Amino acid sequence: MSTHAPEKTRIKEPLLSRTGAMLVMAVCTLYFLVPIWWLFVGASKSSDQFTSTNPLWFADFDLFANISDLFAYRDGVFLRWMLNSILYTGGAALLGTVLAAMCGYALAKYRFRGRELLFNVVLSGVLVPATALALPLFLLFSKVDATNTFWSVFLPSLVNPFGVYLARIYATASVPDELLEAARIDGSGEIRTFFKVATRLMFPALVTIFLFHFVAVWNNFLLPLIMLSDERLFPVTLGLYTWNTQVNQIPELRGLVIVGALLSITPLVIAFLLLQRFWRNGLGAGAVK
Amino acid sequence: MTQTLVASRHEPHRSDPKPARAVRHGRAVPFFVVPFGVLFILFYLLPIGYAIVQSLYTVERTGTFGPAREVFGGLTQYERVFSDGAFWTSIGRVLVFGVVQVPVMLGLALILALLLDSGLVKGRRFFRLAFFVPYAIPGVIAAIMWGFLYSPNLSPLKPVTSAIDFLSADLVLWAMANVVTWVYVGYNMLIIYSALLAIPAEVYEAAKLDGASQFRIAWSIKIPLVMPAIVLTTVFSIIGTLQLLAEPQVFRSFSSAVTSTYTPNLTVYSTSSIPNFNLAAAFSVTLALTTFVLSFAFLRFTSRRGEQ
Repeated sequence: MSTHAPEKTRIKEPLLSRTGAMLVMAVCTLYFLVPIWWLFVGASKSSDQFTSTNPLWFADFDLFANISDLFAYRDGVFLRWMLNSILYTGGAALLGTVLAAMCGYALAKYRFRGRELLFNVVLSGVLVPATALALPLFLLFSKVDATNTFWSVFLPSLVNPFGVYLARIYATASVPDELLEAARIDGSGEIRTFFKVATRLMFPALVTIFLFHFVAVWNNFLLPLIMLSDERLFPVTLGLYTWNTQVNQIPELRGLVIVGALLSITPLVIAFLLLQRFWRNGLGAGAVK
Repeated sequence: MTQTLVASRHEPHRSDPKPARAVRHGRAVPFFVVPFGVLFILFYLLPIGYAIVQSLYTVERTGTFGPAREVFGGLTQYERVFSDGAFWTSIGRVLVFGVVQVPVMLGLALILALLLDSGLVKGRRFFRLAFFVPYAIPGVIAAIMWGFLYSPNLSPLKPVTSAIDFLSADLVLWAMANVVTWVYVGYNMLIIYSALLAIPAEVYEAAKLDGASQFRIAWSIKIPLVMPAIVLTTVFSIIGTLQLLAEPQVFRSFSSAVTSTYTPNLTVYSTSSIPNFNLAAAFSVTLALTTFVLSFAFLRFTSRRGEQ
């Protein structure tokens, strides 16, 4: 992206426009970052100082004491929630990306009967929001007595039609047919070619699909809310939500919710920032081809 | 040169190569397609079908304390859905929410993307990252955070929050609109920005030579060219709005104005916890259909206008 940007800056813009633009940017930066800054500062305070000191600046730095309180609370149920979240979201997104990539690749690279039908059904699936499926899934799982299990949240989370749609676009764009033909002539089987050749070419795209899938699962709140009643199976979002509903009865939970919220978003924020270029590339390919 | 989700839907073959001898390799296809296909059927199509079936049954009891049994009731549940005032109020509420929040959010995203692309801004990389950070925060956590920020005694904006009660019945909907906007502006900005980057510089070279202002270039060249990206983000936003759940569910702890039927999905959830699964299934089906029809209609509407 940095290749064509400098050309544009070369033309001098009036000072007024530039100042105005920077002002908008500065105000928006405050809007987007101050709440997170507040969370970080709040998480570092003891509960007395939380209400009595400046909400946007540090008092005594008690972050680590607060974290160890959080980890100790109710036999470390918070850590369990974090682990669950990693399994639900990371696990489902990883496996789901592989499945979506395989299906999208087949849609892009092979002609077979029912291909159009499959693609259209999957594409309609993109317009069916995941939350609309939560209740029907609950009814189905209760038919086989499988609600309130790890699998009742994990298995439905594997399916991501949007990933198939993206994978089809990316496979068409980045895997040349000549290369597949060459691999065939060399005697490589179709499946081997996919894993050894195609996935490498599609790798940046696969990271994008993974990120989309990850966020979709991470944000799907209704499914675990409806499906799970055993708190040891909760993802961290559901766990913190239940604590937050009890703050009025158990005031000490408020501090734990704030520290927990900070801890639960920190790894994600870091990962998102590191992987940002994949978002940009992928979104570009998805929206404009 | 810009082709979107919308366009490719109508002409799926356009960019396809011709795998002439592909039939020969047909045996590999099931390997690639079946795993996803099975899961898609089991956890997407089957639930939809099952919800429809469930919504056609009602529970009947013989006498007050007799055993409950499910009997086929035809469209009985749908009659209840259509006569349920609270449900349609909640649909109206999220539509009002969407009519205001979606344009504000996408307008802000568009302005920020255009500014980033205009060359007027130094430190583009920093701003891009800063605006995108909230997207990493799941709706539940964002709602909890803002719930604290709105509350009169904890907020860093104490002078504001003690004067205005953001959690009152009048304002709480817009307090939630702010949470959704805060989370999603950066994400939508990035989609539009990526589309802007895909425009070759030559396209506005001529306009620049003619002395067109940045504003003029943005208005007459850039915005029309990124329209497909804006359409895409609008559709996803419409879907998201109708599905509003995490934010109102969390705000119930902060504000008594948020009832158990505040949004359509809250109605689904509270009806299923009664439990009245048949009615909840009918709500679910109605909501999914409404969403589908609205996003499809929007896609149709915009693609027809694009053809003119």
